Amino acid sequence: MLAHMQTDPKGPAIEFHEVSYEANVVKILSGLNLKIARGETLVLLGRSGSGKTTTLKLVNRLISPTSGEVMVNGAPNETADLIRLRRGIGYVIQEGGLFPHFTVERNIGLVPKIEGWGKERIHSRVEELLKLVGLESEIASRYPHQLSGGQRQRVGVARALAADPEILLMDEPFGALDPLTRDELQREFMALQQRLHKTIVFVTHDLREALRLGSRIALMEAGKLVTALTPEDFLKSDDPWASKYVQAFGDGTASIVNRGGR
Amino acid sequence: MNIVRFMLQNHTQVLELTLEHLWLVGVSTALAIAIGVPTGILIAHRPRFNKPVLASANIIQTIPSLALFGFLLPVPWLGARSDRLAIVALTLYALLPIIRNTFTGIRGVDPAVVEAGRGMGLTESQLLFQVELPLATSVILSGIRVAIVISVGLATIAAAIGAGGLGEFIFRGLAMVDDRVILAGAIPAAVLALAADFIVGLLERRLRTP
Repeated sequence: MLAHMQTDPKGPAIEFHEVSYEANVVKILSGLNLKIARGETLVLLGRSGSGKTTTLKLVNRLISPTSGEVMVNGAPNETADLIRLRRGIGYVIQEGGLFPHFTVERNIGLVPKIEGWGKERIHSRVEELLKLVGLESEIASRYPHQLSGGQRQRVGVARALAADPEILLMDEPFGALDPLTRDELQREFMALQQRLHKTIVFVTHDLREALRLGSRIALMEAGKLVTALTPEDFLKSDDPWASKYVQAFGDGTASIVNRGGR
Repeated sequence: MNIVRFMLQNHTQVLELTLEHLWLVGVSTALAIAIGVPTGILIAHRPRFNKPVLASANIIQTIPSLALFGFLLPVPWLGARSDRLAIVALTLYALLPIIRNTFTGIRGVDPAVVEAGRGMGLTESQLLFQVELPLATSVILSGIRVAIVISVGLATIAAAIGAGGLGEFIFRGLAMVDDRVILAGAIPAAVLALAADFIVGLLERRLRTP
């Protein structure tokens, strides 16, 4: 369905070329250069206001850069068909951003439905996705307010995966969860990623989460990319900002590093 | 009891004037919805229009109704028929609650939900019809409810310019200094207002998002 977007299957999935973004004369992002490879989980790590969510929203063009260029699947974002671009990219936000007036099934099936899928196909896709994210199929007829935070987040992930996008953008998806649920979802996230091999851009301010889930960590500070390193290199890095982070999170960070290869 | 007797004796006229009243209120409310809801949507999406539009609707609301009927009388097409004029005036009064509630309802939709929808690739019209309007429905309906109740009351004044409706009884009763005649207009008007309030309220609760 979205095959026409893959101009170069070996090239990076997402590229930022000298990207800057200003809102009301305030520089939020400056001179960002970053390549995100296919199938990698790039974690954007940084404080609030460091520009990580802005970076994420530039990918599906919820915002447009003031200068520079964002490329998705080798094609410049600016000229792409906005609606097609977004339907080819899954988007997950905190608390899932679910539609409160839709059941779980309608939430997950919305993009397939507007893409013109038949009822049966949507129904079986919803079942498949619920299973994939570890939910019972009975949940399909419930409304978001009848779910726990963890369930809502799972539905949010299922919804983002509905039309089988190659790229997933996740904006602090586990930020609002209690530590136990968060741990559970992180585990499932890793298992899911090993099966699906999506290109994932994941925003968090939690170093532990970044080390655990990321194949690479891009550290941001005050609208600039400080460094982008694998979790292991990140811990060893002598970059002042990176070591500040490692210090702030204290001991035990080395034991949680994602050594998933890649 | 003699009020009841009076109304029963004149039941054809009570019915006729009630229907006229309903016609004035119904047509003006329908027009106000047709104009007010799209206007409310527009100003919710284009913030720079919201102040002037809401201010204008507010100013209309402050014009005394009898004066507004009088002002509109010399307008060429409008002045030709009094019910036409009454409907336009009632529409103008009904606009404010409808525009304001549509605006508030749409602005009140959780921005995270709207952004999630946009990020998923919904077009602006899909976003409006699938997300924003359904989530704003109960607020919009409560605006319509207020508009109807105001209109039922205001429509009694339309009799002053000969547009008919239950105001006929009220004005006639005032002239005759006969309470029974006044009440023959006032009671059905009050019942209409309560019934409309109840029905739209029911609709509002049924359509409220879970």
